[in-house]
Amino acid sequence: MKGLWKLTFTEMKLFMREPAAAFFTLVFPLMVLLIFGSIYGNEPTPFFGGYGSVDVSVPAYTGMIIGSSGLIGLTIVMSMYRERGILRRLNATPVRPQIVLGANVIVSFLMTALGMALLIVVGKTVYGLRFAGNPLSIFAGFTLSSLSFFALGFVLAGLIPTARTAQVVGMMLFYPMLFLSGAAVPLEVLPEKVRQYTSVLPLTQVVKLLRGLWIGESWSQHWTEAGMLAAMLVIGVVVSAKTFRWE
Amino acid sequence: MTGKTVIQVDHLRKVYGATVAVEDISFEIYAGEIFGMVGPNGAGKTTTTECIEGLRHPDGGAIQVFGMSPQKDAYPLRERIGVQLQTSALQDRLKVWEALDLFASFYANPVDAKQLLEQMGLTEKRNDRFAKISGGQKQRLFIALALINNPELVFLDELTTGLDPQARHAMWDMVRGIRDRGKTVFLTTHFMEEAERLCDRVAILDHGKIVALDTPQNLIRKLGSESRLIFSIDGKLDLQKLQRVEGVTRVEPENDEFVVSGHGERLVGDVVHAITTNGMRLRTLRTEQPTLEDVFLKLTGRKMRE
Repeated sequence: MKGLWKLTFTEMKLFMREPAAAFFTLVFPLMVLLIFGSIYGNEPTPFFGGYGSVDVSVPAYTGMIIGSSGLIGLTIVMSMYRERGILRRLNATPVRPQIVLGANVIVSFLMTALGMALLIVVGKTVYGLRFAGNPLSIFAGFTLSSLSFFALGFVLAGLIPTARTAQVVGMMLFYPMLFLSGAAVPLEVLPEKVRQYTSVLPLTQVVKLLRGLWIGESWSQHWTEAGMLAAMLVIGVVVSAKTFRWE
Repeated sequence: MTGKTVIQVDHLRKVYGATVAVEDISFEIYAGEIFGMVGPNGAGKTTTTECIEGLRHPDGGAIQVFGMSPQKDAYPLRERIGVQLQTSALQDRLKVWEALDLFASFYANPVDAKQLLEQMGLTEKRNDRFAKISGGQKQRLFIALALINNPELVFLDELTTGLDPQARHAMWDMVRGIRDRGKTVFLTTHFMEEAERLCDRVAILDHGKIVALDTPQNLIRKLGSESRLIFSIDGKLDLQKLQRVEGVTRVEPENDEFVVSGHGERLVGDVVHAITTNGMRLRTLRTEQPTLEDVFLKLTGRKMRE
């Protein structure tokens, strides 16, 4: 555990100093919420099963933050740390690889959670956000989704040789998925045909799970999504442990 | 000055694919010395260093550091060594003091970071970000990081590459300071002058093998090369007087100057003495001594910077 807290705290400071990372995790989702909130408001509608646009958007945008934290944030940080020799330098100290990975997971998790918290606070104060679920259940769903996407980020960073390529691949996976998974555009507006194909995307599982838990649906109604995310987490951890390289 | 053995390397071998980086290297390093490994790029210096540091796994041979294996006992060993890598970096937005604070947290018994910053002349830069400080300051920061755990053994890989001559000389003083505080220093360089001026003992590497290992003075002496005095005088030169000086092999005019060639440690003093006591007055004088560069040339048939 030596070094874990100091490294976590340091990484946290560095995150806050990185305008792009802080923008996409904390500011951008909020902007989207305010823009679409001002267009559609949050009146309950049968289209969203009796909920308003903002009610379904907050868990969906949380999925957007999770996706970008894992596929873009962590992927870039880890591949860049390796490419620039930062990991090499850490490897020459008694610090264990698990500590380095752990610190980055903790920071990504806290920042993603902060992004979600901001959405909730603004949604609540500006649009009277409704919540019919169980907070613990939502937190569990959020944690599972985040960790499985972080694992995916580590896999990309581990498998792709250069930081530049890792960044491009992360974005190529993230952006199409953002619009096809319901994270940016509600699933309800996607044509039925498209929805069939995109229902297998990892981010779709996050959006479905979080939206379901948000309105009080049970885990048993979402076992496929939860199961897919759990499988992704396990496979991701195994693969990233095997592919982790200090340089 | 031979202290106890700190590093023992026996028949080290390391291969990358079809390239033999280190063919067969054996040597010992003793406590309290500055040991240098010199050789051209690609001679195997960094590979050897990183095998000893435990960052790479040798393909053959045995390494012991403080009696431990750098590969098997990597973590306890890293508590006791300090490492400055040839290529590494820190996060661009990490401040100087934060880097020291962070690395201090990795070790059981770190030294006072403030004092270390002072020693490395980085106190004024403590709030600057890594990306904003100069190359020389980055190197000093990396040395500070290598010393943060108060190591018994410090590795400095290509410490002065990319530094201007002034910064290089300052760095040499810093390295001597590390030794004078009782630590053992293992360094690599491709500057022969650096090895000659800084190291207590030098191993010359070429193509993954040690071609010579001794003190710089012994290496140069064993070479048996001539020293040269080049001088001009007011008035006429008494050639015969100079030719009779012990160790002198030739005296030749060259443009407006004279060149005395010869052997022996006392050559310069004796020749100057002969000039001044025989009524001749020196106008200019410079000497050319054989250097490690010449040793390398003799041993490998190549110049260092080729």
